[in-house]
Amino acid sequence: MPKGLTLKELSKKEIMFSSGHRMCAGCGAPTIVKMVLLGSNYPVVAANATGCLEVSSCISDYTAWKIPWIHNAFENAAATLSGVETMYRSLKKQGKINDEIKFIAFGGDGGTYDIGFQSLSGAMERGHDMLYICYDNGAYMNTGIQRSSATPYGADTTTRPAGSVVPGKTEQRKNLTKIMAAHNIPYAAQASPSHWMDLLKKVQKALAIKGPKFMNVISSCNRGWRSRTDDAIQLTRLGVETCYWPLYEIENGVTKITFKPKEKKSIGDFLKPQGRFKHLFKPENEWILRKIQEDIDREWERLQKEEACFAS
Amino acid sequence: MAKVVAVTGNEAVANALRQVNPDVCAVYPITPQTEMMQRFASFISNDLVKTEIILVESEHSSLSACVGASAAGGRVITATSSQGLALMFEILFIASGTRLPIVMPVVNRALSAPINIHGDHSDAMSARDAGWIQLWSENGQEAYDNAIQAFRIAEHMDVRLPVMICMDGFIVSHSIERLEYLEDEEVKNFVGEFKQLNPLLDIEHPVSYGPLILTDYYMEFRKAQDEVNTKVPQIVLDVAEDFAKMSGRKYGLFETYRLDDAEIGLVILNSAAGTSKDVIDEFRDKGIKAGLLKPRLYRPFPYREVGEALKHLKAVCVLDRADAFGSSFGPVYLDIATSLYPYKEKPVLINKIYGLGGRDYLPGHAETVLNELVEIAGTGIPGSLKEYIGVRE
Amino acid sequence: MKLKGWKEVTPGCVITEAGSAVQFKTGSWRSLKPVFIEENCIQCLFCWLYCPDMAIKVKDGKRAEFDYDYCKGCGICAVECPGKKGNKAIIMVEEGK
Repeated sequence: MPKGLTLKELSKKEIMFSSGHRMCAGCGAPTIVKMVLLGSNYPVVAANATGCLEVSSCISDYTAWKIPWIHNAFENAAATLSGVETMYRSLKKQGKINDEIKFIAFGGDGGTYDIGFQSLSGAMERGHDMLYICYDNGAYMNTGIQRSSATPYGADTTTRPAGSVVPGKTEQRKNLTKIMAAHNIPYAAQASPSHWMDLLKKVQKALAIKGPKFMNVISSCNRGWRSRTDDAIQLTRLGVETCYWPLYEIENGVTKITFKPKEKKSIGDFLKPQGRFKHLFKPENEWILRKIQEDIDREWERLQKEEACFAS
Repeated sequence: MAKVVAVTGNEAVANALRQVNPDVCAVYPITPQTEMMQRFASFISNDLVKTEIILVESEHSSLSACVGASAAGGRVITATSSQGLALMFEILFIASGTRLPIVMPVVNRALSAPINIHGDHSDAMSARDAGWIQLWSENGQEAYDNAIQAFRIAEHMDVRLPVMICMDGFIVSHSIERLEYLEDEEVKNFVGEFKQLNPLLDIEHPVSYGPLILTDYYMEFRKAQDEVNTKVPQIVLDVAEDFAKMSGRKYGLFETYRLDDAEIGLVILNSAAGTSKDVIDEFRDKGIKAGLLKPRLYRPFPYREVGEALKHLKAVCVLDRADAFGSSFGPVYLDIATSLYPYKEKPVLINKIYGLGGRDYLPGHAETVLNELVEIAGTGIPGSLKEYIGVRE
Repeated sequence: MKLKGWKEVTPGCVITEAGSAVQFKTGSWRSLKPVFIEENCIQCLFCWLYCPDMAIKVKDGKRAEFDYDYCKGCGICAVECPGKKGNKAIIMVEEGK
């Protein structure tokens, strides 16, 4: 076991994100932030895209952040952080700063897959020494559950509601993790808070690498997913065990699956507890469920083949 | 010891930036600014400056990166024109609202549509309410001098606002003129060391930038920002005084040319002011009391001072190199009208739109306008209040 | 809390007090309240890890009390608790009872 990665050891560290933030009860995002910050053994400076996390963690005089933190606008967390990181390099070169500092950007799927895509792509391409964490809850949740390119196929959102002629989202999700890996960055990975050690190992590995890194983390939203308030971690666990959200990493172009479920569950297990998919369980929508399962199976197959390709 | 050179406006400003030697520079190309940042990039590649470069993928990202770098705690620059300025529009407000002393030369170019790469003022004018300090420059020398003074103004502890330095695209940016450079040491001592305020990189004192502010506080922040702007004109004058001691060149909030005893006058910005001054001289030779006012500090606009300077004239024409596309009056006209409003006795005021999309402004145009003003001064009655000059019927 | 006037706000709305959110007690949001049953606790610390509000304190590597000032009653801790031999160390009860 890597040094310091027991909960007992971790519990001795100060959590650099305080109580008193105003995210919904049972939100997945603050737990992810907590874990990511616990995973760093160096001081962190963070940037945040506009969204639930940003808006709820910093209001008026109240900030839950115990690290230096900047929110600029919706689409530019990566560009903003690349400015901070460049100033750091400049001042370090001039001998004005000696501290070792890590740079982490947080953005929701809206601010990362869609409006923030350009700025993320630019920052990754330029090779800034920073880690971008996308907390992916599959919609623009802060504005009230609107469809993003990360929304799963068939999900009900307020801008693509499941109605009499449209069964929810009619497009496939974008595979942002692979798109980021295609930028030839040294490290891209998917993680889940339910598999905390895997997440923490990935954060530690990423922070030890010099260069641009990307991590996509599944984040529950009981409001947008229409799920139970206490289900946040359990649902992300099901997401992993159904292979909806495979846990893997692509390090210097080499794919490695970091968790293989002993028993791959059927996607219905992940979809059923979520009200946003309830229309899919009507008999006339059975074909959609089948398609979703096929798509997941195909992606999982492909991922395993990619891994095998590099292992040989 | 001043160095006399023959350089383009872009080259001159790039040199000013080299002498200031900022910590970070974001670079993105757009005509006619491109060459300025290209020159600066070559200074970086040849180890002539300590600046770290960020070759961003859009102007929106260039100003976003500047916000991050400035908040991190250092001297930051970028440059742009026209569509680039328009693209970074939302970040302009964020930069000024967050009180970050970013310095940005804007090489003025017309806004699309239709797309046009030549010089007019529609870009910086459309951003005049973004809370940035605006310094306008008639020629390469002024652009060079303004660029150096901008850092002292932006970084002043009572100010901490971003500054844009405006100069005409192609007319000034690409034309070679004779100007004087200051010594590297002089500029370095003039701008001094950058003083940090709440830097992100001070990990001992973590700060949070960009909170959500609700209805209970937004107005207080805006009022506080408004108040800061009232201090800017005096600081601009103080910095200009220091600059004059070093360079011998005097600057104020605006330039008045033969205005004290004038009866008719032009108000005009940037390079066209230079053309107009020659025509003013011709009219003076004929015995006509003509004068000119050229704003330099355009935002915050020194309404009271400008009003005082113009109130005694009988007829004034404000020439705008930008129009409000919604068929209002030109932006400078609106500000001049506001500055004259408090006076019972004030000049007749008319507006002419000229030089859009790089259309030449020739001495003949200034003549026509001044002749019209002579007539208006006599009768007290203007013809049309707003007219486009130099346009084909 | 008295609201500041325009002369007292920080330049650029920068917040200089790290973690000042602790002044905002989110405990009032609860409708369900977690209760700790110590004899069923195996000290796995999952509850500490998964709590979105940092409302479970750990002292010297051992699980301490709930911080009811901030606990929003989401119930994640109760769901994730493995308990001892099928008996949970955390159960949710109605607030106020």
